Amino acid sequence: MRKGTGARPKRKSAERAVLEFSLDARRGSFHLQVECAFHSDWTVVFGPSGSGKSTLLRLLAGLDRPIRGRIALNSRTLTDTAIGLHLAPGRRSTALVAQQPALFPHLSVAANVAYGLRGLDHATRAARVEEMLALAGATDLAGRRPQELSGGEAQRVALARALAPAPRLLLLDEPFSALDGVASDALLERLQLWLRKNAVQAVMATHDVTDALATSAEVLLLREGRVIALGPAAQVLAAERERIALRLRTI
Amino acid sequence: MGAGADARTTAGLETGVACRSLLMEMDWQAFALSLRLATVTTAILLAIAVPLAALLVLGRSRWLAALEALATLPMVLPPTVLGFFLLVLLGPRTAVGRGITALLGHPLAFSFNGLVVGSVIYSLPFAVQPLVAGFASVDTALVDAARLLGAGPVRVVTSILVPLARRSLLAAIVLSFLHTIGEFGVVLMLGGDIPGSTRTLSIVLYNQVENFDYAAANRTAAILLGMSVVALALIYSNAQRHGGASKTQERGARRA
Repeated sequence: MRKGTGARPKRKSAERAVLEFSLDARRGSFHLQVECAFHSDWTVVFGPSGSGKSTLLRLLAGLDRPIRGRIALNSRTLTDTAIGLHLAPGRRSTALVAQQPALFPHLSVAANVAYGLRGLDHATRAARVEEMLALAGATDLAGRRPQELSGGEAQRVALARALAPAPRLLLLDEPFSALDGVASDALLERLQLWLRKNAVQAVMATHDVTDALATSAEVLLLREGRVIALGPAAQVLAAERERIALRLRTI
Repeated sequence: MGAGADARTTAGLETGVACRSLLMEMDWQAFALSLRLATVTTAILLAIAVPLAALLVLGRSRWLAALEALATLPMVLPPTVLGFFLLVLLGPRTAVGRGITALLGHPLAFSFNGLVVGSVIYSLPFAVQPLVAGFASVDTALVDAARLLGAGPVRVVTSILVPLARRSLLAAIVLSFLHTIGEFGVVLMLGGDIPGSTRTLSIVLYNQVENFDYAAANRTAAILLGMSVVALALIYSNAQRHGGASKTQERGARRA
């Protein structure tokens, strides 16, 4: 299936965002060894907990360094251990919305969203904050403090904050776990539309097969730090049919 | 009743007299010098300790453990030993001392500036340790989030670590200040006993005891004790006000 994806770019337009990486990394006793190229503008990294999804996303975001490896976004090299290159997380045009929203507790919601917007005049920044909060469905939270938000609200604000500086790549690590199904679906739909319009590529990690099926054009199946499969959702997930069928029955 | 009122008046008078004599006979020069030394030292310490503590908490180098040990050394070193080393280092026998003398036109030892150097080194652990503890208690996910949003090390420190560890910052300020007010060994070794220049309150206290002037020693000790109590009361009342508020907020958030 990994070979099959090699043909995919030909069907896509040449200027399509492409994320390529080959990584060898350790985190404690966990060993991640992956080599992939994403051609879809929405890729799902699917796997059970402990399969290395978060580790992969942290590496892509530049928060952790691989032992060996290379990451390129739109042909721009972000990390290359061979030449000792490692761009700082804030210089990779990459945003990460982690499971834990990690809002700055001493700042208001609006100030949280504005944190990544520097060098803009006040009016532009305020407009951008408003736009992002609207996208995340969190407009009426602007004046609140993070301590006053529910888990779902905090995740919406974290999404708005991550997108505010206009990244080229959005990494989502089970970002809507605290939202209920309907709210999560509506937000995902709006988000995907916005990302497409603004030509932002997204990679979402999830262990929820319904999420994987609902949103993805392309799925990377990860287990124990290794790539099991990469390809169209239906195709990849069919390989996991047994496990998925079991899971769906329990849902 | 009349007698009681008389007694009260007498007692009041006596207190008044005692206070007046305390104020009159206080070595104001030494008092002012101690305050000045502590203020200058605390300001310099903050400028050094905040970046140093941030480096110790955020840095990845394996040399950091050695650096932290070095920054803690003055805490366990006898003050007289530290004072002696500095006296030799800043004196005319070493290149450093000669260089500084050439630069300033006078040696650093036996001067106010020399005392500042000694005090900064002596109180360094008391500024660094609370800040390291405070910075380390800030959730690393917040630091990651700030870095992802483009914050460099300076902005991470000023916009995330310092505001979230402001109680540790206050503790560092007060501890540095009080530790400098109370230092004796380093001052005696490095500064000698020059009125207006290096004779601090703790040196005055020592002189008074040496002269068997216990009444004066009592007054000086009372002033030093009073300053410590007031400063500590400041920290704790502030911690209670802020800490109390933030704890209530946390509880509220958990409930929500």
